Amino acid sequence: MENQNLNLLDRALGLDGPSEPWPLSGRVVLIEDCVETSGSFVLHQLVKRSLSPTSSNVIIFVAFANPFSHYDRILRKLGCNLVTQRDNKRFIFFDMLMLRCPDVDEGKSSEGGLVLLYEKILKTICGLPGDKKDYVTIMIDDISLVEVAANGGSDYVLDFLHYCHALTSEFDCSLITLNHEDIYSSMERPTLILQMEYLADILIKAEPLSTGLATDVHGQLTVLNKGTSHRLGRSGNKIHNFHYKVKENTVEYFYPGSRV
Amino acid sequence: MRGSLFESPAWCRVQCQRHCSQTPHKKEVPCVFGRPPQLPITKIIRLSAALLACHRRRSTPTAALSLPPRKTKLCSVDAAMATTKPRLSSFSRNLSAVSSSQTPGVKCGPNGTMFVSSGIADLDRYFEILGGGFPLGSLVMVMEDAEAPHHMLLLRNFMSQGLVHGQPLLYASPSKDPRGFLGTLPSPASLKHDKSRDRESEQEKGLRIAWQYKKYMGENQPNFDSHRVTHHYSGADNKQDYCNEFDFRKPLERHYFTRQRVNCVGIQHSKNLAALQEHCASFLAQHQRNDGSSALAGRIAIQSLCAPQCEHSNMDWEMLSFIKSLKGMVRSSNAVVVITFPPSLLSLSSTKRWQHMADTLLSVAAIPDEDKELAKLLSGYQDMVGLLNVQKVARLNTQVPLILEATTFSIKLQKRRFLVLECLNQAPVDGSSGSSYGTSGVFLQLSLTQKCYIEQLRMVSKEMDR
Repeated sequence: MENQNLNLLDRALGLDGPSEPWPLSGRVVLIEDCVETSGSFVLHQLVKRSLSPTSSNVIIFVAFANPFSHYDRILRKLGCNLVTQRDNKRFIFFDMLMLRCPDVDEGKSSEGGLVLLYEKILKTICGLPGDKKDYVTIMIDDISLVEVAANGGSDYVLDFLHYCHALTSEFDCSLITLNHEDIYSSMERPTLILQMEYLADILIKAEPLSTGLATDVHGQLTVLNKGTSHRLGRSGNKIHNFHYKVKENTVEYFYPGSRV
Repeated sequence: MRGSLFESPAWCRVQCQRHCSQTPHKKEVPCVFGRPPQLPITKIIRLSAALLACHRRRSTPTAALSLPPRKTKLCSVDAAMATTKPRLSSFSRNLSAVSSSQTPGVKCGPNGTMFVSSGIADLDRYFEILGGGFPLGSLVMVMEDAEAPHHMLLLRNFMSQGLVHGQPLLYASPSKDPRGFLGTLPSPASLKHDKSRDRESEQEKGLRIAWQYKKYMGENQPNFDSHRVTHHYSGADNKQDYCNEFDFRKPLERHYFTRQRVNCVGIQHSKNLAALQEHCASFLAQHQRNDGSSALAGRIAIQSLCAPQCEHSNMDWEMLSFIKSLKGMVRSSNAVVVITFPPSLLSLSSTKRWQHMADTLLSVAAIPDEDKELAKLLSGYQDMVGLLNVQKVARLNTQVPLILEATTFSIKLQKRRFLVLECLNQAPVDGSSGSSYGTSGVFLQLSLTQKCYIEQLRMVSKEMDR
């Protein structure tokens, strides 16, 4: 990690420390975005960091939004070859684009699809060789589509997320999810997003600048890192806020006004 | 909020929408995005100060001035009355010349995507920086305005373009006779007309820039050609054009839709969306994308998906599920899906979900007739039938968002025949008179290129706030 060019996001997430143990292991990360500013670039950045040569992470990527080719092309420009990583069993891709749980009429079946998905994830983790079992990252893109796949059964989605969260303590794996915050902002009781925000150890929010969109600054990121008590040197919440500009090969992060 | 200065027109628009939703008579709030290049800077400052002062007096809740820090090319008065177009970067790829696919109507673009024309030359030009048109495998959503059927114009152009190129079409509609809609599709304009338009554009090229702000222009600013370009592959045969000019007064010849596969599906009477999903699945199965194949592109047009006369219109999750599976299927095929829907019929949360699912998101809005204030503020107001807003642009295979200068266009029907999209232009106004611009909030989008003037305006706004 020390050799790499660390940016503000890495520092905010705590990735500037030693790479062993993986700073995000056992933690839940929630990325929130909206229609104007997509937060998927944060996901791509985390994939790249997790698959860096110095770490021995394995990523289980559960994709509801885009097919493998999309991520492959993007990560290739960022300097990470997903096809090779997939062949090396470091990047396991679950294509859930066509997942559709059967009708809500049969109450259990809606949940059935998600239960199967959870079992698949669990089986994959258990099937990993011993040394890799400790460094698993589960990424879900994105939760609002999981809700659609479950025909609106947000309770089932929450159950699924709780089970995945249990994995973080059982196997020390990290859970990274993406959701669209503006969907829930108009709801009266946005249970799903509130519970997710509560569960999350790190909350990354991508939103447009208060003055709107611009070509030089694509938006602002707010990172809330809830320090855990049992890790030495970390305590209390830390909030980081900075602006970003997304490019093909990289993402530039800078403090407001410090960009020339 | 009073006298606040905002950096960007997008924020201006958000404020405008918020204000509109608060005022009871949406029609009476003129929201203007204009570019007054012909005004000298000092007049702009005086005009803004006058605006802010008048709104302060009338205690209207919002008066926003939007000053994007982007640098733009300022044109002379004559050019301002003509169409100004957004610009590509100086090293714009000559994508019109590059087309490795043999199929007409399909163009290759960056990031391994292929494009088909939207049927509207101005929209293709706007998307030139992407590749010119709609990318294959993407889902385009158009948010309708309940007050005006302008989305039908977009849909007609889209469908006609596909038929002219021989691309199979699947059309779904809640009307009783979907097939009858094909009779209202426009036909490509005759060649004679194309030639005369080219001649006009040649004359436009002769206009010169009044102020040379070139030294302030950034390298990444969009920069289009200043004349209309129709991409020709060979000859003057209409079929070979990537994007045709469509004449609404001339219906599309019947042989276009009896020759190809045109499937029309009615969605009004079916209990749920399963039947439509079946149709879409079988249609898309014929257009599967295999590596290296140049299969014919297909188009799916679904009109008013959540129309109230359909039985599925109150099944929110059913519709979302349908869109999700359609999106999944189209992603791996050589087809483009256009869905129009009236967002006013969905809950806010559902609307946001639909918006997130769209790859490209457009919205149309009606313009009130005989609005004197709008007529004063916009040039060519009489010809405008509505506004088109580009809210989101498809980013397939890339993570870079596309932020373009202008996102709002006026929809005009030139000579009542040709659909034309134009960037909004402000009519010449006299800034020194200090006259009020309406009883409710009026928003002006000004483009300034020198920071000192921005500073002056900030000082003015601070004074207004006091």
